[in-house]
Amino acid sequence: MRETLISFEHYTFQYHVQSEPTLRDINLQIKKGERVIIVGSSGSGKSTLGHCLNGLNPFSYHGESTGKLTICGVEAKKSSIFELSQYVGTVLQDTDGQFIGMTVLEDVAFAMENDCVPKEELIARTEREASMLQLTEFLNHSPHQLSGGQKQRVSMAGVLVKKIPILLFDEPLANLDPAAGKEAIKLIDQIQKETEAAVVIIEHRLEDALYMGADRIVLMEEGRIIADLPPAEIFAKDYLVQAGIREPLYITALKYAGVTLSPEMGLQRIEDLQLDEVQKEQVRLWFGQEEAGKSKEEKEIILSVENLGFGYKQGISTLNDVSFEIHEGEMVSIVGKNGAGKSTLAKLLCGFQKAEDGVIRYRGRDIATDTIKERAKYIGYVMQNPNQMISRPMIYDEVALSLRGLELSEEQMQERVFKALKICGLYEYRNWPVQALSYGQKKRVTIASILVQEPEILILDEPTAGQDFRHYTEIMEFLKELNKQGITVIIITHDMHLMLEYAERTITFAEGRMIADTTPVRLFANTEMIEKASLKETSLFNLANLCGIDPEAYINTFIERDRKEREA
Amino acid sequence: MTTSLSFIEKDSFIHNLTGSTKMVFFLLWSIAAMITYDTRILAVMLVAGIAIFRVSKLEWKDVKVAVNFMLVLIAMNMVGIYIFAPEQGVEIYGTRHEIVHFIGRYSIVTEQLFYLLNFTLKYLAVMPVALVFILATNPSEFAASLNGIGVNYKIGYAVSIALRYIPDVQRDFHEISQAQQARGIDLSSKDSLVSRMKNSAAILFPLVLSSLHRIETISNAMELRGFGKKRKRTWIVQKNFRKQDFFVVVVACVILAISVGMITYTGSRYFNPFV
Repeated sequence: MRETLISFEHYTFQYHVQSEPTLRDINLQIKKGERVIIVGSSGSGKSTLGHCLNGLNPFSYHGESTGKLTICGVEAKKSSIFELSQYVGTVLQDTDGQFIGMTVLEDVAFAMENDCVPKEELIARTEREASMLQLTEFLNHSPHQLSGGQKQRVSMAGVLVKKIPILLFDEPLANLDPAAGKEAIKLIDQIQKETEAAVVIIEHRLEDALYMGADRIVLMEEGRIIADLPPAEIFAKDYLVQAGIREPLYITALKYAGVTLSPEMGLQRIEDLQLDEVQKEQVRLWFGQEEAGKSKEEKEIILSVENLGFGYKQGISTLNDVSFEIHEGEMVSIVGKNGAGKSTLAKLLCGFQKAEDGVIRYRGRDIATDTIKERAKYIGYVMQNPNQMISRPMIYDEVALSLRGLELSEEQMQERVFKALKICGLYEYRNWPVQALSYGQKKRVTIASILVQEPEILILDEPTAGQDFRHYTEIMEFLKELNKQGITVIIITHDMHLMLEYAERTITFAEGRMIADTTPVRLFANTEMIEKASLKETSLFNLANLCGIDPEAYINTFIERDRKEREA
Repeated sequence: MTTSLSFIEKDSFIHNLTGSTKMVFFLLWSIAAMITYDTRILAVMLVAGIAIFRVSKLEWKDVKVAVNFMLVLIAMNMVGIYIFAPEQGVEIYGTRHEIVHFIGRYSIVTEQLFYLLNFTLKYLAVMPVALVFILATNPSEFAASLNGIGVNYKIGYAVSIALRYIPDVQRDFHEISQAQQARGIDLSSKDSLVSRMKNSAAILFPLVLSSLHRIETISNAMELRGFGKKRKRTWIVQKNFRKQDFFVVVVACVILAISVGMITYTGSRYFNPFV
């Protein structure tokens, strides 16, 4: 029997600021060397559970608990955040926000400094850890200069310098592009094998997290654990779908094809999946019956970009010779690694930056001389984080803000604000304070506050980042609805599901150049392109190969079926 | 070219001194310059200060903006003194050699010019040393050195974290202001002052929220990694106190001693060439 490191017994936790408990009657045991993934929609209590493990609850966020939680033999309630930090090492979600040191060296050494480790030992241990995580050459860099994957390695090194029996990852993939996410998971896998630590990952990108293999998936809903099973067993049933969590795509695909799932098939990872001839035939039959998606007819060109170039610093261009066309009523995604030039492109389109080369045309007219304010009348830009945009306490005022400068009568203004609120499904909330809304609703407020200017094109920066499946679907279905009403939608994203499920076309960037302009399905069928764009192949691709079907056609069929399911 | 005054990594005699040494040197040097008006001492200090700047391997372009800014401030200060006390020099030196008379109590007097010269020299003597201290001391090491001279390490760390977050907050500000401009909020000088003030609230509100969020994240991250656990901590960037540090501190004491010594020996803070 392996030693039990974490033990929840009838554990209930209630924040002082809440009227109801956030965790209810939790019973959970985690043993040495186990890998556990905790999933659940937002508000299910999964982050609270993590905070109870590392001591942020109740020592930073105050609250009351009943029942028992022991960590490495210590009763958490009677411990302290410092004592618990000896047992539980936490890597937070926000890689940028959690860097403390000016340089990688200092950041990695931080925990040891607080333990009063003498200087010579500090240097030796920091250097050893850095070399294990291939960070030696970056020791004197600021962590902020590194790429997403490197940042993740720095924050892991900062935790791993102390020998710790439990590693807790709070949404480690949230800010990473798919390729970097895959690297991060590989690294966690490797670290777990070397240290034999228990690993607890809180993550809603389940399919990506499962790449390293897990012993158990703990599913949470409304503060309770509703399933605690090995991945293959949880996938064979419908627990995840019922709780509003996205299953791995290959599981959904097998269910569509009517294949009866059993844990023995190696359901836990696409790499482990075993299908017999009958099951493969089922998938092929399904593929033959379904209709593939049809492409929309192209309309007039609303926005065109010709040979666009831009360089922040002299000599280093962030965008180079970019040309593409957007047709009226299209829904296009722009993808590429962090720093590939996606955001720069959006800034150039909105006029926040001036292009150094090339022309941007709106309905055939060169818009070089249009100011930010003038462009905003036809191109609306929605920032990633709604909290960065919202500047009025009341919803009505927030949405009306951009109309205040125009010479409108109060009735005219009200008419336009109400119209935007109705489109966004917020009309009933018009007299509410913004802070009373959920994240998804706030996002809609920001979209409404842009729509009120009646732009024809909407650019959204990562509209679904960090959202669970339910909110993701809510936001994206809403955007699709807007799109149907004639608004051209351009989405900057690295969410592969979003591209596949919602975009008609994907423009791909790498190192400041446009490397592809094609349908998402075709992009995902091209292994070379996937690598360049820092994406990751989808498990549908592997499944199609396994069954001997043309991947491109298969993915297309799957997406079409999936869209129908969502609409139904 | 750098527009902000922040640490510049170099390999020089001064960079290799400990933060505490630089801090003590800067403090003693400033006191020495503040208490005396002796032209001879100040002139020597100015020349020595420039020499120190050269030794630090910092370049003129690193400090150009800051120096010009301070020169303007000094000039304004001198004009201010002249307006409010045009005959201060006469009072101090006890003689009066008028060159030109303007109007009323305003004229150009040699003693006043000399007094203003000394005043300017004071600032100029401190400036290069202050710049070197700021630009050649790693902020983390600065925190370590504050701790070294007895200040609670939490205070030192708070200062260095605050310094480090300035660029992040600037970036947030920039992004928010662009997004708000796209919503028709004008921040250019075309608008009236009142509406501009109102409009800047549209940026401040989200900026404050996002900064509070940053603070929450960083303080959680620090606590989870044991910050504040013990009464003491160590610093990986802290340098060992070596012979050259001892030497520099001794030099600083000698300078202060000369400055104080001259005052007690001559019985005055001023060097008077007029008698």
